[in-house]
Amino acid sequence: MSRSYHTAIIGGGPAGLSAAGRAAAYDREAGVAEPSYVLLEGHSTFAKTIQKYQKGKHVMAEPGFLNLRSPMPFEAGRREDILGAWQERLQGEGIHIRYNAEVADISGTQGDFLIRLAGGEELYAENVVLSIGTQGNPRTLGVDGDAESEFVLYTLDDADAYRGESIVVVGAGDAAIENAIALAKQNRVTIVNRRGEFSRAKDGNLSAILAAINDPDIPLSCLYESHVAGLELPGDEGEGALLLKTPSGETRVACHRIIARLGTIPPRKFVESCGIKISSPHLDAVPEVDRKYQSNVPGLYVIGALGGYPLIKQAMNQGYEVVDFIHGRETRPADYELLASQFAGLPYAMDPEDVLDLYQQRVPMFRRMNPLAFRELIIESRILFSEEGASVPGSTRERETVHVPADYTLYRNGEYSSSFYTLVEGSVQLQLEQDGPWHTLSPGQFFGEMSLISGRPREGSAIVKRDSILIETPRRIMVKVMNSNEEIREGIDRVFIMRALLAAFRTGIPLDELGEIAAGITPKTFEAGDLIYREGEQGEELHLIRRGRVALSKGGDGSVVNQLHSGELVGQMALMGAPTRRETASAAVRTETLPIRQPEFLRLVGQSGDYLPVLQQRLSDNLLQINAMASRSEAARTVNFLMQEGMGEATNALLIDESLCIGCDNCERACAETHGGISRLNRREGASHNQWHVATTCRHCELPHCMKDCPTDAIRRSADGEVFITDACIGCGNCETHCPYDAISLRYPAAKKPGLLSWLLFGAGDGPGDVHSASPADANSRKTAVKCDACRDLPGGHACVRACPTGAAIRLGPDRFTELVSVL
Amino acid sequence: MLPNIVSYARFRYLWLALLLIAASMALYFSQATDGAQPRNGGTWQGYTLGTLGALLIVWLSLLGVRKRSYRSAMGRVQGWTSAHVYLGLALLVVATLHCALQFGLNVHTLAYVLMCLVVLSGIYGLYVYLALPGSLAANNAGRDIAASSRELEDIDRQISRLAARGDADLSAVVDSALELTRLGGTTWTVLRGRDRSRVRVGSTAVDNRDQSAVIAHLASRVPRASRRREAELLNELLDMFGRRQVLLRRLRRDARLRGLMQIWLFFHIPLTVALLFALVVHVLSVFIYW
Repeated sequence: MSRSYHTAIIGGGPAGLSAAGRAAAYDREAGVAEPSYVLLEGHSTFAKTIQKYQKGKHVMAEPGFLNLRSPMPFEAGRREDILGAWQERLQGEGIHIRYNAEVADISGTQGDFLIRLAGGEELYAENVVLSIGTQGNPRTLGVDGDAESEFVLYTLDDADAYRGESIVVVGAGDAAIENAIALAKQNRVTIVNRRGEFSRAKDGNLSAILAAINDPDIPLSCLYESHVAGLELPGDEGEGALLLKTPSGETRVACHRIIARLGTIPPRKFVESCGIKISSPHLDAVPEVDRKYQSNVPGLYVIGALGGYPLIKQAMNQGYEVVDFIHGRETRPADYELLASQFAGLPYAMDPEDVLDLYQQRVPMFRRMNPLAFRELIIESRILFSEEGASVPGSTRERETVHVPADYTLYRNGEYSSSFYTLVEGSVQLQLEQDGPWHTLSPGQFFGEMSLISGRPREGSAIVKRDSILIETPRRIMVKVMNSNEEIREGIDRVFIMRALLAAFRTGIPLDELGEIAAGITPKTFEAGDLIYREGEQGEELHLIRRGRVALSKGGDGSVVNQLHSGELVGQMALMGAPTRRETASAAVRTETLPIRQPEFLRLVGQSGDYLPVLQQRLSDNLLQINAMASRSEAARTVNFLMQEGMGEATNALLIDESLCIGCDNCERACAETHGGISRLNRREGASHNQWHVATTCRHCELPHCMKDCPTDAIRRSADGEVFITDACIGCGNCETHCPYDAISLRYPAAKKPGLLSWLLFGAGDGPGDVHSASPADANSRKTAVKCDACRDLPGGHACVRACPTGAAIRLGPDRFTELVSVL
Repeated sequence: MLPNIVSYARFRYLWLALLLIAASMALYFSQATDGAQPRNGGTWQGYTLGTLGALLIVWLSLLGVRKRSYRSAMGRVQGWTSAHVYLGLALLVVATLHCALQFGLNVHTLAYVLMCLVVLSGIYGLYVYLALPGSLAANNAGRDIAASSRELEDIDRQISRLAARGDADLSAVVDSALELTRLGGTTWTVLRGRDRSRVRVGSTAVDNRDQSAVIAHLASRVPRASRRREAELLNELLDMFGRRQVLLRRLRRDARLRGLMQIWLFFHIPLTVALLFALVVHVLSVFIYW
């Protein structure tokens, strides 16, 4: 007979544990003998993701502003201590957790959900809480006996734990390759590849696995085009076997162990199979839930990372709150105080929850947002209030209303900032480009979307008038909102396109007509290297660059004659009487453009009036530039090299003139000595062409890859454009993975350097200018991410450049490349 | 193209140095040559030139301090180096005018000689700093030298694997060529770019400079190969040693050029320290015996 529960919690991570703990408290209160809830964990242990962290890893308790509200303990500390405390509480409270209980599907409605487990067992529950995280379950072999065991493993923690065995590794991705190579040091390894080649692997892994397969000294062989047909579990002699279908028939491979690395099944499919809607096709999209974490399926709740809250503390709070909500208790969310403090400086006598509702109604774009996401947006934003007589804000505390004087400049032309502003009361004066005309915005409108999307410095300035209230939202929150809500994305896109057209053509066209043109334009995306158009083609459209950088080349030998950034026009000659493309345009980095065809173009420029001569002048400057570069092929090839190295998205990159560099490494030493003993640049590594060497260090990209996924928002960009990491870093390593240029590394803080004498006489520690050794200074230190901050705190500027005795090091962005190669 | 230490700031320090030289000359020739005293360091003009020279020496030796003051906002090190070069050259004139070519076997002349040696080593340093970085970059041909080292290791592994397929004699020769390849060595060997590699053919180890002996040996065996497989193997080895030869040349030249860019400092700096001591003795003795 199958059991029935009041609440079933699926997924035993921090959110699920916290929810189960809270449910247990309700049971205690009610004095029931049998638990009214069950916590179902698909794995053999709780908090699988944290268990997989490396040994001794320091786990942070971000965000610091939020208090923990959970029956489970949690504070920053070593992974082992945190897991130990949870284990203790699990047993102490007698939490009803079932391990190895993977849920296959959920059906039914509130009050009568049917949960089927992978083993076939069925459970009933009135309410279901999904807290399965985003890691997903490993893809299994799909044959009898493939459950995780000593014989079949889906992860490999420590390759050195196995010696002298025959091991089969199934899979052809990076994980499989890395495992196979590591295991082959002490074992006989067979790697099974479903295809005829290792096409999914990174270049480094690809060459490593091919070298290992072809090396007769390494006991590693490969079976290509082989499919798993079955397996034989090991008998008494300890050897089992994997049965394979190969091109030459069925084969039996005897082995001690099978390691299957077939990737993971993202939870999205499972979530959708439960009837939960995810409105955006975007990969990062999260299910929509209401203020009580309830999804569109009544009685089905979504909390934790799966709902878009990746931090442990947030997830634990939600676990506590969701159980309260299920039991009908109107708990004030843990962040209520934060919300109150955000609105405290506003001239209202209203409950913060009501202000929240009011604001959501006032801004058309936010009306359709789910209330929980809007709440998070407000908590993560700054609320600005302009008053006559207020002083210019200094460094304000977080989550407090920021008072600014009337006519305060929110941002200036050329400043690096990418936050997004929404006006809820009053008015704002807005420019769309430097020295351009001023536009007046009214409540409900937003601005700042140009830099949000392109990552380029602000074009034009914005000034807030008196008695206005603004929401200033950081880029990462807006990106999250746009990724999970198609309507908001489209709304912002439409306004972006209209304003981009206004700025590019200064057209006097009426707004409704402009809106009509904008609605007909679909942005196009080009990956790095993609062709936008080819020399000699007949062109029908021009491109207004929206983000990224476009390289123009001529003659097919890869000579870059010009490169253009967002806000600039490419290929307009085709619409101005010369349809044959005279150069090839390709995306230097991931680029988005707005293609504009002739009729729209004519309508736009037809109303440009006085601005037409400016547009014409720009075009002829452009042609001059192309002509000049085309005659200097060496210079054009150098620019091409720089583009190949991804410099198209740089704003401040370190280049070294090898005809001047004497290799003294004073640049690295200067960097280390001014940055806590750890150099953030590697002079030797990196590619060179002619005399130019691209050193391995941060280029401060237009849209920094590293900022994409920082759970604590520790990576920031200053108004001058420097991208830097704050103390909030928890050392998760996301940024290191995302950086395509190896500019970020995780390091222990350097030990304090000894005095000159004790170093000189007793050899203590690292000497002056010595490179810091990689081991931790003391047992409590933890690794955090380090990268170049462009010496934003040094009065003299870049230490690397200033310390170069021969002037070989310079820092610059692509806008100065032409100048750089001008004498070649 | 970026300005180098000579052309830094449009030759700003060249002009400063020329100005200094002109002023020193004027001072020197303003000394009265009539009567008892010839032009020398003892007149007020002589003392002025001497003080100027001493201050220059102290300032010039402070480059080492500035270079290590990584937080300093006092201009770029490149500017300091440029000024160091020009003012160092000017010092030669200032000091010569100060001593008015009066030499003897004493500590004063010792200081002068040391100063000349420091300046001469500096001139050599300037030459290598200007001339060698370009050759170094050209030698590395757009790759970093670590990649070349890795490639060499890789080729060595492949060669020894190939050699194991040949007969005992062939593999002995090839293995000894790998084993007896010398890269690096004493400073002198590195700076001269000498190759002391050897190879054992039969029982004697012969000179294998630039891998030529082993390549010649392999080439001579090809026509004598009895089987096709052997000929193929020899050809493959020949090809590998050809690539190895190129890599070794590149690594050796890299070490040589880097060495040349550093070695002069081992003279320049100690000589500077010696000069500072001699200068102190010179100044003190002048005041004591005044």
